[in-house]
Amino acid sequence: MTTDVVLSCEGLVKRFGGITATDHVNLRIHRGARHALIGPNGAGKTTLINLLTGVLEPTAGRIFLQGQDISQLPSHQRVRRGLVRTFQINQLFDGLTPLQTLAMVVSQQLGLGGRWWQALGQGDQVTKRCESLLAQFHLLEVMDQATHELAYGKRRLLEMAIALACQPSVLLLDEPVAGVPAGEREELLQTVAALPADVSVVLIEHDMDLVFRFADRMTVLVNGAVLTEGTPLEVAANPLVREVYLGQGDTHG
Amino acid sequence: MSAVTQSLRLAAQPRWWSFALWAVLLVLPYALPTHALLISEITIIALFALSLDLILGYTGIVSLGHAAFFGMGAYSAALFAKHIHPDPLLGLAAATGLTMLLGAVCSLGVLRGSDLTRLMVTLGVALILQELANKFDGLTGGADGLQGVVMGPVLGYFEFDLYGQTAAWYALVVTLLVFIGLHHLVHSPFGFSLQAIRDNRLRAQAIGIDVNTRLVTVYTLAAVLAGVAGGLQAQTTGFASLDVFGFDRSADVLLMLVIGGTGWLWGGLIGAVVFKTLHSVISAWTPQYWTFWLGLFLVLLMLVGRERLIRPWTWRRNT
Repeated sequence: MTTDVVLSCEGLVKRFGGITATDHVNLRIHRGARHALIGPNGAGKTTLINLLTGVLEPTAGRIFLQGQDISQLPSHQRVRRGLVRTFQINQLFDGLTPLQTLAMVVSQQLGLGGRWWQALGQGDQVTKRCESLLAQFHLLEVMDQATHELAYGKRRLLEMAIALACQPSVLLLDEPVAGVPAGEREELLQTVAALPADVSVVLIEHDMDLVFRFADRMTVLVNGAVLTEGTPLEVAANPLVREVYLGQGDTHG
Repeated sequence: MSAVTQSLRLAAQPRWWSFALWAVLLVLPYALPTHALLISEITIIALFALSLDLILGYTGIVSLGHAAFFGMGAYSAALFAKHIHPDPLLGLAAATGLTMLLGAVCSLGVLRGSDLTRLMVTLGVALILQELANKFDGLTGGADGLQGVVMGPVLGYFEFDLYGQTAAWYALVVTLLVFIGLHHLVHSPFGFSLQAIRDNRLRAQAIGIDVNTRLVTVYTLAAVLAGVAGGLQAQTTGFASLDVFGFDRSADVLLMLVIGGTGWLWGGLIGAVVFKTLHSVISAWTPQYWTFWLGLFLVLLMLVGRERLIRPWTWRRNT
C-alpha cells in the first residue's frame, strides 16, 4: 500500500444547536485503503459522511481530496472529483429501471449528461459500462423492471452499482448490508470484496464480521469524536474500545 | 445487438400509434372545417399542458401559476404585432425571448423550499403579472384587453381566415415541432437526469448532477413553451386580455395534465382534448352546472384511478 493520502479532514466540527455531532475529527484515508468507521449508534458516523460529501456544511474545519481543499465545493462537484457515497437508506430513482438509472449515471459520468437531443445509451461506451455493471451487481435479469418493484436485496445492489458507475476514487459505503436478509447478503458481500483495488473505500458498518473481514484500518468514533485509530488487531485489543463498544454484547441497532 | 442496447433503443423509439395520431390531428382542420377554431384552441391549450408536464411530470416542480408565462407570451406577441411587425413567426420569436427572460428570473424562486412554497411562489408571480397588466393599461389596454391586433400571413403566404383553418394548422405544426423536440429531450441523458431529480433530489446530487442548473434550465424552457402557446393564442384570436394570466387558466391546465396523465408527452394532449370536450358537451347540456360534473369526474378519476376508470371491465374484479 502506498502512503499518499487521498481524503482527509482537519478539525471537522458540526454542531446542531447545543449538540456536537462531530467533534474536532481528523481523518486520513490512504490510496487503496479499506478503512472502517465504527462506533455505537449516535456516534456521528453518518453525520461525518454527510460532512465529507457536502450534504451538510461543517461548523468548522477543512476537508481535502487529493490534496485540494474541497470544503467549499457543492456536493455534485465533489462527486465529479471522485468522492462518491452510498446511503444507509436506499436512495434510488423509483420511476426509472435499473438499466435507465445506470445508463443515466454513466452518461453523466462521461460528460454527456447535458445532451438533450441524442437518446440515452447512444455510443458503445455507455452500453458496455452498463452491461458490465449490471452483470457485476447481478442485475441483468431485472434491468427492465421498474426500480420500485425490485426486491430489497436487488435495490441494495443497485444502490451500490450507482455509486460504482460514478467511477469513484474514494467510495464511502454507509452500512451497505443494513437490512439485507441473510440469503441475499453473500451476493452483496462479494461485490464489496470485489471493489477495484485502487479505489479507497470507507466503510461504515455494525456487522463486526464484515468489518474484520474487510478492513485494513479502523477508526472508532464515540460521541462525535475519534476515540482511537489503528489496524483491526490494535483496535480490538484496545481496552477503551472494548469498554464502549465491542464488549457490550448486542451492537446492532 | 446486445440486450442492453436493444432495450435502450426500443424505449427511445416513438410508437407507431404516435405517428398515426399525429397524422389524424394534422388532417382534422381539413376534415372538420367548421370546428377549426375549436381545434386551434384545443391545440394551443395542449401545447400549454405539454410545457407544464415538462416541469411537473418530468422534473417534479409543482406550479399553480404557469399562466404567468402563457400570459407573458400572449401580450408579447400581441404587442409585437401591433407596434413592431405583423409577421407571426417574428412575433413568436419575440414571445420566446421575453418569456425566456421571465422564466429565467422566476426559476430562481423554485430552487428552494417545499412543494407548498413552490405552489405559493408560482401563484404569486402570476397574480403580480396580472395586476401589472391591469395597471399599465396604456400599453396593455387594461381590463378591456388589447384590441386591434392585425396579423400578417404565416410565412408571408398563409393568410389567417375567418374559419380558423390557417390558425389550426399553424397551431398544430408549432405544437408538433415542440412535441418532436420534447420527445428527443425526455429520452436523452438530460431528460433522464430531470426524472432523477424528480425521483430523488438528494441522490441526483450524489451522482454529480448539478441540480440547480438543471432546474433553472428546464423551468426556463417550460416558460418559453408556455409563452409560445400564449403567443399562438394571441395571434390566432387577434386579442389578448387579462384572463391569460388568470388563476383559472393555471388550474385548468393542471387538471388537464391530471386527466391525461403526467410524465408522458401524450398526457397533456389527451388531457386537453378530454377536458375541452367535456366542457363543450356538458355545458351544451347544462350550462350552469358544468363545473359540478367536472368536479364529480375529477373526484372519481382520483379515487378510482385512471387505469381502472378507462377499463370498466375490470371494475367487478377484486384487485
